[in-house]
Amino acid sequence: MAAEGNAKPAKKLSLKENYALLTRGLGWEPSYEKKEDIFRYIHFEGVKIHDWDKWEDPFRLTMDAYWKYQGEKERKLYAIVDAFQQHNGQFNVTDARYVQALKVFINGITELEYDSHRGFNILAREFPGVGPRIAAQMQSLDELRHATTQIHTISQYAKYFTGMNEFPYQFDRVWYLSIPKSFFEDAVTSGPFEFIVAISFAFEYVLTNLAFMPWMSGAAFNGDMATVSFGFSAQSDEARHMTLGIEVIKFLLEQDPGNVPLVQKWIDKWFWRGYRLLSLLATMMDYMLPKRVMAWNEAWEIYYEQNGGALFADLARYGIKPPKRAPETIAEKGHVAHQMWSVFYANRDAVGFQMWLPSDEEMAWMSEKYPDTFDQYYRPRYEYWKAQEAAGTPFRNTTLPQLCQVCQWPCLFTESGDPTTLSLRESEYRGQTFHMCSDGCKDIFDDTPEKYVHAWLPVHQIYQGNCFLPGVDPTAPDFNPMVEALRYMGIKPGVDGGDFKGSADATNWEKWTSRPANIHEGAYTDAVRDTASPADVGARKAG
Amino acid sequence: MSVEIRTKGVKPLSNSFGHLQRRFGDKPATRYQEATYDIQSTANFHYKPLWDPAREMFDARRTAVMMKDWYQLKDPRQFYYGNYTTTRARQQDAIDRTLDFVEKRDLLRSLSQDIRERIVHTIVPLRHYEWGANTNSAHVSAYGYGTAITSPAMMNTADRLGMAQHISRIGLLVDGNSGDSLLAAQALWTGHADWQPLRREVERMFVTRDWFEVFVAQLLVADALVYPLFFQQIDAAIAGASGSALSSLSDALMRWYEETAKWIDAVIKTAAAESPENKALLSGWTVTWRNRLLPALVPIAQRALGNKAEDALAAAAAALDARAAKLGLTV
Amino acid sequence: MATTSTQPVFIALQANNDTLPIIEAIRQDNPQAVVHDYPAMVKIDCPGRLVIRRETVEEHLGRAFDLREIQVNMISIAGNVDESEDEFTLEWKSA
Repeated sequence: MAAEGNAKPAKKLSLKENYALLTRGLGWEPSYEKKEDIFRYIHFEGVKIHDWDKWEDPFRLTMDAYWKYQGEKERKLYAIVDAFQQHNGQFNVTDARYVQALKVFINGITELEYDSHRGFNILAREFPGVGPRIAAQMQSLDELRHATTQIHTISQYAKYFTGMNEFPYQFDRVWYLSIPKSFFEDAVTSGPFEFIVAISFAFEYVLTNLAFMPWMSGAAFNGDMATVSFGFSAQSDEARHMTLGIEVIKFLLEQDPGNVPLVQKWIDKWFWRGYRLLSLLATMMDYMLPKRVMAWNEAWEIYYEQNGGALFADLARYGIKPPKRAPETIAEKGHVAHQMWSVFYANRDAVGFQMWLPSDEEMAWMSEKYPDTFDQYYRPRYEYWKAQEAAGTPFRNTTLPQLCQVCQWPCLFTESGDPTTLSLRESEYRGQTFHMCSDGCKDIFDDTPEKYVHAWLPVHQIYQGNCFLPGVDPTAPDFNPMVEALRYMGIKPGVDGGDFKGSADATNWEKWTSRPANIHEGAYTDAVRDTASPADVGARKAG
Repeated sequence: MSVEIRTKGVKPLSNSFGHLQRRFGDKPATRYQEATYDIQSTANFHYKPLWDPAREMFDARRTAVMMKDWYQLKDPRQFYYGNYTTTRARQQDAIDRTLDFVEKRDLLRSLSQDIRERIVHTIVPLRHYEWGANTNSAHVSAYGYGTAITSPAMMNTADRLGMAQHISRIGLLVDGNSGDSLLAAQALWTGHADWQPLRREVERMFVTRDWFEVFVAQLLVADALVYPLFFQQIDAAIAGASGSALSSLSDALMRWYEETAKWIDAVIKTAAAESPENKALLSGWTVTWRNRLLPALVPIAQRALGNKAEDALAAAAAALDARAAKLGLTV
Repeated sequence: MATTSTQPVFIALQANNDTLPIIEAIRQDNPQAVVHDYPAMVKIDCPGRLVIRRETVEEHLGRAFDLREIQVNMISIAGNVDESEDEFTLEWKSA
């Protein structure tokens, strides 16, 4: 300490200098224990890192700034959530069909945020570099935030509508929820570098905008102020996370040329896996929002084809190519939402949310948005099913569909370029045959069959009689694996799933709000006296 | 809002989520309960972790401690993300005012060279201790079982980064933002004999696998010795020689330590009360790490406190023993 | 510093009172920016590079502004980020 140093005024630190001083020097080279015993998981994937200090932190957040800005976001968000609850905002949404989308959200997405929190937590422990570890721990904390705010917001809906009350239990057991569950477990059980490429880059940077920006905007458009508030507040964290995603890629690619093929393989894999997962949002956007902001194919064009195009043009200098299976996603964009909705409709007795066939108004919208596909392939199917409903012989599947060994969707997709032929693939591994829905999923299986054979495929488990509650005897002569499986999954037949019309949600909605449960079909019950918007109704009632 | 009028008579179908009803009855749940109980997945895991193929992704067997219900380990502060961040933001506002006050008046820079050197030698290297605590706390939250323990452990991980940065700021206030004190502190932490025994134990925690043992070693034992020693005893010695400028900054650290101790104590007490086996494990870890850490602190305590070091360490050890006994451990 | 890329970068902000001065500042400093309005959200596209300048935001806001405050209302971004006290920049580097 030189005494003369004190004569000068204290140096003013820039944001960058301040951040560097407060973070970079915190770590040290251990000498009492071996580095490889402290950070055990960073070698087995084959990624080479020569200098962790080359990591660039785009957002230079120190912990005090993190608390300050995040605290500010939380105060704003909870003010809205409190007001929403006090004013019974759950009845301000367009109609009760919209609520079915929130069931998908809390049962299928909230636990992903939690898994993401724990996945980044592992990185926060296992990366040797200070910069990436701090980024990972802030993200881990953010993901915990997202799970928490979703639960706190949707809990108000769960009190008034069916099918949301058992979300942690159902996430682990319901057959179609293994789609999101297996996706995130696949990532977390991978090595740390694959995890961060999978989640930060392929999923968050390339894909999540597509889902969350138009979807959340749609929530606002349908009067759900609570969901849009947690959604956009979470996205403000995601903007930081996406930046982490692109920094990770640049860091890995610049550290060693040997990393390029590994990163490319993971981009190809996780782009496809993430795309399959997020196609769920395609049905939520096109079918479950009574008032729509944007169709799935438009969102795909803006957020993948345009913005993804810009991103991969930027990465070309490292020798990175756009994801191998991107062309299939473009070929499918006019089909995927319709094919998924059809499968959910057919299996509606075994799902935890209620289903309906699109109204005339909605089909007209789809014809306009999907001029090349809807009228040709999907309108006739819906019209046929409508006629069957009208005739009192509605179509329903009584057996569960074949699932893809990798993405765990039912094998419901069609061949690119041939929307009348189901796309089915298979691979042999150790004398057994495994089924896949697509070339993208088959690529993934064939690269690591030893991992994917462990997948807990619900439909297989059900038919093998492995899904039943304690006390049930699977050897009893009247044992019915489907009935017992629904009980095991926590799905109450006739309450949670089935037809929207006549459901408890539809009936309660009309009783409680005097507005139609489906704005396109008029009243289901004589509880509806008014078809005006809630504001008009309230004004008249109050006056 | 008008809709309220129409819906006044509407009774909810249920007052809380099913998993909360089964624990607490059909009544409105708190936000802490909603954010915490039964959130982590427990069944039907798909793949074997490449990094730990013998266990599941979430697996209670990553510690020898056993609990019938891991959600017994609740946090008495009832922190969930929202009240955690807003609490820390509010506390940071107060800290920022103090930092600003000290900086504007050059309170640390204007101390004598001898005192400044003492601060750099005995306080600023603790930024590395805190970074070590961050690593250890991240280990607990990454591999722990059940949201009740992992969620506050994640918040504690963030807290430790905050503490490391707060201590670094003390260094910058001493060196006028040149960063020289931080470089000096790192050299002390990695090379000076006064600090090596403590660094040795911190690194030993880095290779300890059982996350509950890491919890005991870092959060119960090490912190209970380090915080009172440095931020009360050594801080008081420096204040005695130079006034309370440093204390105005270490005060936040002690307040944080006291708040956090409530959580640590609740976890240890509940886990120890669960079974004689847990009690024996936790007691054994407490004794083992106390016996490692106490001698590890002797050289730096002697440097800072001279012939008062022995008494100061004995007092910290006695307080730890009394605390452990109160929590049901045999030490 | 200037990029040759014309690939679109974007920033999306919540549509509220806090973001009005930021959006105005973006319009002023990025003549090529295109502002799209959606329910509760504003998405601003710009070819190659988009910059938010602290001084311009302050002019519209009438008080001191820390660029990190943008994070409270930011929904999403595309492009490489560079952040300093004075500028928040989104940019694609190659064409």
